Amino acid sequence: MSPADIALPGEGPVPDTETRLARRPRIAQADDPALLRKLEKTWETKPGLYGWLATVDHKEIGKRYIVTAFVMLAVGGLEAALMRLQLAGPNRHLLTPEQYNELFSTHGMTMIFLYALPVLSGFSNYFFPLWLGARDMAFPRMNALSYWIYLLAAAFLYAGPLTGAGPNDGWFNYVPYAERAYNPGINQDIYSLGLVFLGISTSVGAANFLVTAAKCRAPGMSINRLPIMVWGTVTANAANLVVVPAVSLAFFLLWLDRNFGTSFFDVAGGGQPLLWQHLFWLFGHPWVYAIVLPAMGMVSDGLPTFSRTPLAAYTLVALSTVATMLIGFGVWVHHMFATGLPGLGLAFFSGASIIITIPSAVAVFAWLATIWLGRPVYTTAFLFFASMILLFVIGGVSGFMTASVPVDWQLTDTYFIVAHIHYVLIGINVFPVCGATYMWFPKITGRLMDERLGRWNFWIMFIGFNIAFLPMHLLGLFGMPRRVYTYGAGMGFSTLNLIVTLGSYLFAIGVALFFWNVFKSWRHGEKAGPDPWQGPTLEWAIPSPPPPYNFAVIPTVASRHPLWEDDLGEDEHRSSIEEGMALDQGKEALAVSILDAEPERILKMPEDTLAPFSLAVAAAVLFVGLLLHLWWLAGLGAVGTVLALAAWNWPRRKLLEREPAPHEGIGHG
Amino acid sequence: MAERIVSRPDSLQIGPVRGRGIGWNGMVMLIASEAALFGYLLFSYYFLAVSNPAGWVIESRPSLTLALPNTLLLLASSVAAWWGDDGVRKDRPGQALGGLGLAFVMGLAFAVVQVFEWKAKTFGPDASSYASLYFLTTGFHMAHVVVGLVILASLWLWVGRGFFSPLRSLPVSNGVVYWHFVDAVWLAVFATYYLTPYLGLGR
Repeated sequence: MSPADIALPGEGPVPDTETRLARRPRIAQADDPALLRKLEKTWETKPGLYGWLATVDHKEIGKRYIVTAFVMLAVGGLEAALMRLQLAGPNRHLLTPEQYNELFSTHGMTMIFLYALPVLSGFSNYFFPLWLGARDMAFPRMNALSYWIYLLAAAFLYAGPLTGAGPNDGWFNYVPYAERAYNPGINQDIYSLGLVFLGISTSVGAANFLVTAAKCRAPGMSINRLPIMVWGTVTANAANLVVVPAVSLAFFLLWLDRNFGTSFFDVAGGGQPLLWQHLFWLFGHPWVYAIVLPAMGMVSDGLPTFSRTPLAAYTLVALSTVATMLIGFGVWVHHMFATGLPGLGLAFFSGASIIITIPSAVAVFAWLATIWLGRPVYTTAFLFFASMILLFVIGGVSGFMTASVPVDWQLTDTYFIVAHIHYVLIGINVFPVCGATYMWFPKITGRLMDERLGRWNFWIMFIGFNIAFLPMHLLGLFGMPRRVYTYGAGMGFSTLNLIVTLGSYLFAIGVALFFWNVFKSWRHGEKAGPDPWQGPTLEWAIPSPPPPYNFAVIPTVASRHPLWEDDLGEDEHRSSIEEGMALDQGKEALAVSILDAEPERILKMPEDTLAPFSLAVAAAVLFVGLLLHLWWLAGLGAVGTVLALAAWNWPRRKLLEREPAPHEGIGHG
Repeated sequence: MAERIVSRPDSLQIGPVRGRGIGWNGMVMLIASEAALFGYLLFSYYFLAVSNPAGWVIESRPSLTLALPNTLLLLASSVAAWWGDDGVRKDRPGQALGGLGLAFVMGLAFAVVQVFEWKAKTFGPDASSYASLYFLTTGFHMAHVVVGLVILASLWLWVGRGFFSPLRSLPVSNGVVYWHFVDAVWLAVFATYYLTPYLGLGR
């Protein structure tokens, strides 16, 4: 691509009468002190409570997402620790069966819905604009909204367990047990409405990621130059956008069945329990890719940084990310092999579930090749990323095994499945997230995490994890069912369960060291500087922590590795971070064309506002009203929701959503 | 010597111009997600229809007396909304207000007729899974009609206050395309609930 191509705006000369609609952006230097002062004043969030509630800065929101998700990880971990005490030996009575049911369901809800995706959303929220060379996300207010709803939905969902009415039917909550006849408490009502509420956050966030990646990039960052993490997040959120409605609908139907006598899942009224399973897994299986693909992206971007070489087979990895998701839409029935479906259906979904290992294997070999071809620097982050490959293969192989129908029939609802899901979710989510924290913590806080403590942290987590979860495969093969609160002394499960419990506590110590390292380093870590790892991508070109406007001038990108161009010497062109468009006439950002990232438009970005927070609170009031059948409260929440939306969407001159009124001196062109 | 590339556009549009701007991309996202929701509702219908014994559809030949004209009315309202949008784009306030106003009235009439349609049913939402789904799906659609009416009313108010010009009119284009979606998705709901029983599905 020639420089002229990049500079082409595609609009031609603009008539004088339309100057308010277009302008030639001023080119400035990134170290111009007057420009920096102006941008700082334009973009900074006001101090105090108002600023805290009203901020739309993606970095602030991203940090909150990450911190909240880590709190949920700790809470979910404590729940697991209690369960492992109960299961440490046969016939123990630390927990009653009912308490155990609530604990494993709450643990699943917490880890799957309140930790696994939100933590990835947090990293992507913080880093999307930094990776893409942008000033903020496409829709900063929607970004704030998705966080507030996530926080309030988490509180809503936890109102259950905290009052002894937590979910008690597992995280996928099969009917008919979840129906009122078998489950008369308020437990399932809280869980149902809570997940519908949380779904709003996920959908809003998904739309924002997609439009940001499509439109808000630096000029020249065509789609073959995106970091893989962007590919992962975009793919995951494209799926979320269209599959979250399935689970929201399922939970809404359940709530109607339970509260208003409808018969969606009730056989007596012509309903179908399998409808629940279809709607849930239509969502659920794409979702498990949604909570691992961005984490695989972390590894795809992290390993090259520490291996000091570009990712091997970039194009194949990007395409296999997308292919995984496409095939991932057609595998949901493998969760339902044991429900008596017709053989043809089983064969199709079994085939799809086996084929999906191919794109995953592409990624694995690309990672191995990257390490092989590079000169690895064995940082803690590298250890986490590299170990993920091993855990991914173990979790992938156990998934591949259960893709085969006869094997699945043998293993379904045993501890083998528990082992599989934890290898996948801890191996492909928690380990990469820990690695990503070690890698990007310096960018967020300006300080490095302690590497010595990091080694202890990694090895204890890695060893503890495998001691805890590898024997579960055997337990499953020996026939121990999942989701039972205890087992008999003579069943042959005792020794392995004790080992699992010891391993899980070792793992918990490792995670505690991780949190301790974060906590300690946040205040006392060594100063990092802008680029502690000599990374290849744009986020390392700006100070740590980044200024509120991210980039003083809009960068121009000439390759996949803007900061490695001199070392790689692949091309005669160099990216520009020092010089570019200033876009300083108010809060401005750049929009580009979707495929080639040619500059298209100057965006007027919204100021801080209380509208997202108000909307989230009003929606929470609405959901509480629905839960308690307090229709006046629900009505109040609905009115508040409408008012907040009206305030939000009222066309604003400042955002150029409407014309200046004639008396302001600018007439029609 | 390596050459540094700096993007220096001669001229960039500022903010949304005509129907173009990232707000448009946002609306596409909303519609994709909502379309998926209706997809799952219709999936539920077809799944229950084929997995239940014959006779699952309570009314084996649903009356089209109200439903068909009402469907045509809703489709016509899309044309009216388009005409209103066209008025904004051509700076003809009369056409803009007329088109959007007409679309609103036709949409409102559709909603009122739909309420009569519900009243005329001999069964309630708790009668069977068919009844539950019928009322839920048409109810979800009704909720979208109400949102669409609020949007059309807001646009009418804003156009009346002279907020927009042919070049700054993205909220109008966005609102009108949402209304088109509400109408288009009704076609799928209508075809599923009112036409497929005539083909024998679930009957």
